[in-house]
Amino acid sequence: MAVTTADVAAVKASRVDARHRTGRARWLVLAGAVVVAVIMLVPFAIMLLNAFKSPGDYSQNGPLSWPQALYFDGVQNFWTRTQFPQKLWNSFLISAVVAVAGTLLSLLNAYAIGVGRIKGRLWVVTVFLLATMLPQEALIYPLFTMAQEVGLSNSPWSVIIIFTVIQSAFGTYLLASVLSTFPPALLEAAALDGAGRWTVLWKVVFPIVRPTLSVLMIFFFIWTWNEFFIPLVMLTTNDTQTVPVALASLQGDRMMDAPTTNAGALISLLPALIFFLIFQRTLTRGVTAGSVK
Amino acid sequence: MTSETLEARAQAGTTTTVRRRRRTPRWVPYLPYLVPGLVGFVAVIGIPFAMNVWYSLHKWKGGLAPMTFIGVENYADLLHDEQFWTSFRNSVSMIVAMVVVPTLIGLVLAAVLFDYLGKKFGSRTAAFLRATYYLPQILPVAVAGVLWNWILNAQTGAVNEFLRSLGVTNPPNWLGDPATAMPSVMLVLVWVQIGYPVVIFMSALQRVDPELYEAAELDGANWWRRFRAITIPQIRPETFVVVLTCTVAALKVFGPIYVLTRGGPEGSTLVPSYYSYLNFFDKSKVGYGAAISNVLTLVILVVAVVILVAQSRSERKEREGV
Repeated sequence: MAVTTADVAAVKASRVDARHRTGRARWLVLAGAVVVAVIMLVPFAIMLLNAFKSPGDYSQNGPLSWPQALYFDGVQNFWTRTQFPQKLWNSFLISAVVAVAGTLLSLLNAYAIGVGRIKGRLWVVTVFLLATMLPQEALIYPLFTMAQEVGLSNSPWSVIIIFTVIQSAFGTYLLASVLSTFPPALLEAAALDGAGRWTVLWKVVFPIVRPTLSVLMIFFFIWTWNEFFIPLVMLTTNDTQTVPVALASLQGDRMMDAPTTNAGALISLLPALIFFLIFQRTLTRGVTAGSVK
Repeated sequence: MTSETLEARAQAGTTTTVRRRRRTPRWVPYLPYLVPGLVGFVAVIGIPFAMNVWYSLHKWKGGLAPMTFIGVENYADLLHDEQFWTSFRNSVSMIVAMVVVPTLIGLVLAAVLFDYLGKKFGSRTAAFLRATYYLPQILPVAVAGVLWNWILNAQTGAVNEFLRSLGVTNPPNWLGDPATAMPSVMLVLVWVQIGYPVVIFMSALQRVDPELYEAAELDGANWWRRFRAITIPQIRPETFVVVLTCTVAALKVFGPIYVLTRGGPEGSTLVPSYYSYLNFFDKSKVGYGAAISNVLTLVILVVAVVILVAQSRSERKEREGV
């Protein structure tokens, strides 16, 4: 059995070799992945470095130097010029109402489609899915004129109504497939207890899909917060604009020196970052809860 | 009583027609739940889209100006409109920057993080790297655009300030030169987009049976073999989802173009959505803008259907293969 032991030895040797090689290789791979990470982070770092640097300091020492003294005029400039608290409230109001109303609308639609199994449900879902792909440009001009006709021009409510429907098109598509796998035994038990459809929806279905609903709500909030095109067109004056629109419309302004631009970008991305950090746990929990069920 | 027996009885009732009494199907009482959604859908998507088609058949400056019916003339004009064709050619660049490059890099990054770094350095390292890749995804696209617009600005931008400090006397005007504008925009879009496929693919890899990888490793398959033989086939469904959603987004892209270049210089970064916006609100050619947006809608739907059909084919093939 000399052959086999030799084989085993050879295999072992090659294993050890391989491990040695990967031992060095793994640091190379890690370095590569870290380089990519650094490239992704550099713009954020440059933004942070220059948000608190005076314009003179910037033109003298360039974008990569450490600020010589902390300079808060950029933040202050941006804050007062855009009336930032107003913009923050506009964005918050629109996103929060859309998140709640859009989720509610998705749930009602999905209840009829997934649990009610209405006739032609495949068509309804397909139409909703296609609607999520429509370019907003194909809707904007009629929506703009319609808003004027019903007295909602330049009103946050026009944007709220539009996004509630647009987001719920996606929500319906997603929730309908979740609800179509809803255990029928639960529904029948509730029906035997004499519960009506409305009661079943809120007492049986709602508690079980709540994790999915909260994920949907967070997505709707962040997506609506980040929306640009429809708010840009529909909200025409300074006091109704949302945060992204306010930042973009200051572009090219003489007052927008490097620190003000960077401070503005920094302040505008903070809310999104904060929501993300707060909700990250809910998101992962919601996703796993959905998959386990 | 299970729903199956209920359905069976309902069927029996209709086929034998012993009793003439027609029972309302059990789905009818659920219809009221669909009413709010349908009303909203018709008001916000159905009617506006129909109106947009109607507009596109007219010459109209918008507002109270008179509307003249001109049939398909707007569409005929599009065929000879150089800018229109440019905008759709640029959509190809958008697809490269938002779909092709991020999906390919995302596949490799996700597989490296999951199947290599995650095992050699622990899952926390992989999770941290994944978070840094994902960071650009959470910032509003307008904010990303404003930030990059400044970074790439010819006079005061960070890149050129840095180049000048290195002694480059005449650094390029990244977004202002027709030769460099599109590559610059594409680079920004790759930066924005890359985290999305990485996160989707990594979560997809978590549902792959680890024994597959272990068995392949014992058989002596190196990383590249495992990547080709396990990773790619296993996460094909997610790849289709990423390709579909990103392609639709690439065809629709508006915000980054508006904030970075406004379609310029010399139309070198013009995209269909921005061109239609220009006609609606800048040139007051509402009918023409509507026609552009309708063509864009058609293109998106065709592309989406092609991808969905390809997906169901590949699923069928897989099922038959097994």
